[in-house]
Amino acid sequence: MSFKSAVITFPGSNCDRDALVYLKILTNGEVFNIWHEETSLPNVDLVIIPGGFSFGDYLRSGAMAAKSNIISDLINHSEKGGYILGICNGFQILSEIGLLKGALIQNNKLKFLGKSCFIKKKYKNNFNKSINHDQILEIPVAHNEGNFYCDSDNLKYLHDNELIAFEYCEGKYSNSEANINGSIDNVAGITNENKNILGMMPHPERAFQDFHKSQDGKLILDSILS
Amino acid sequence: MRIKILIRLKSQILEPQGKVIEKSLSNLGLSNLTNIRQGKLIELDISDKLSEVEKNDLITSACKKLLVNEIIEEYEVLG
Repeated sequence: MSFKSAVITFPGSNCDRDALVYLKILTNGEVFNIWHEETSLPNVDLVIIPGGFSFGDYLRSGAMAAKSNIISDLINHSEKGGYILGICNGFQILSEIGLLKGALIQNNKLKFLGKSCFIKKKYKNNFNKSINHDQILEIPVAHNEGNFYCDSDNLKYLHDNELIAFEYCEGKYSNSEANINGSIDNVAGITNENKNILGMMPHPERAFQDFHKSQDGKLILDSILS
Repeated sequence: MRIKILIRLKSQILEPQGKVIEKSLSNLGLSNLTNIRQGKLIELDISDKLSEVEKNDLITSACKKLLVNEIIEEYEVLG
């Protein structure tokens, strides 16, 4: 049975096309593009919530998108164990829905970060199982609100339940410090308790083709597919 | 009735814009202004046909469901 996937587009999404190409090329399966006003998702294995500036980042990043029509069926999809990958604004949206713990606040140095960053896996899950421990991935980031925050009880919960998927680390060049945006415990991506939902700030869909600077983004989809 | 809702980041969360504002004020020679934190203000009209309890419930719902993310923010309603 072939792998099926979908990408939800909101007004202001700007990485939806890249996500569609990422899925089409790497999964070889059917890929659907779903407008946020739809009320149901097709029967798919994976849904990507793409990056961008949904609803212009009004009020808070992801706040408006989290109340869109399609979200109730996204929650159904997650409750059935379907995979969800939220990238950048998608991570912010998943946090605002409450599917992931914590929140993404403004980068601590007030700069929009658009550059390569380096991450490695923290705890093993279905989104990073094809990645070796201590393997450093080079993946681009492009965000202003990527500073992951949660209180100390929830941080302990994330560690105790091994919900931290990726953490920022020092790479072979460009990063003079590991923590690029002020995220608590260098968090770059987390999962939910059932580990079928991943939110991450770096963009794997911008790192998989030959003309990309890095192809490390493949490893995340490879993990899901393997 | 006009309602004002003040939303601020919780005190334990770094509010970097306030720090930058503080530095700029200091550069202008306006010192003795410290611990600056920037928040946001939402103003709205609420129907006077509602009872006080209904008004309170409606504003609380609006804040909790959309206007405020209580993981990082707290709010204050000014009548």
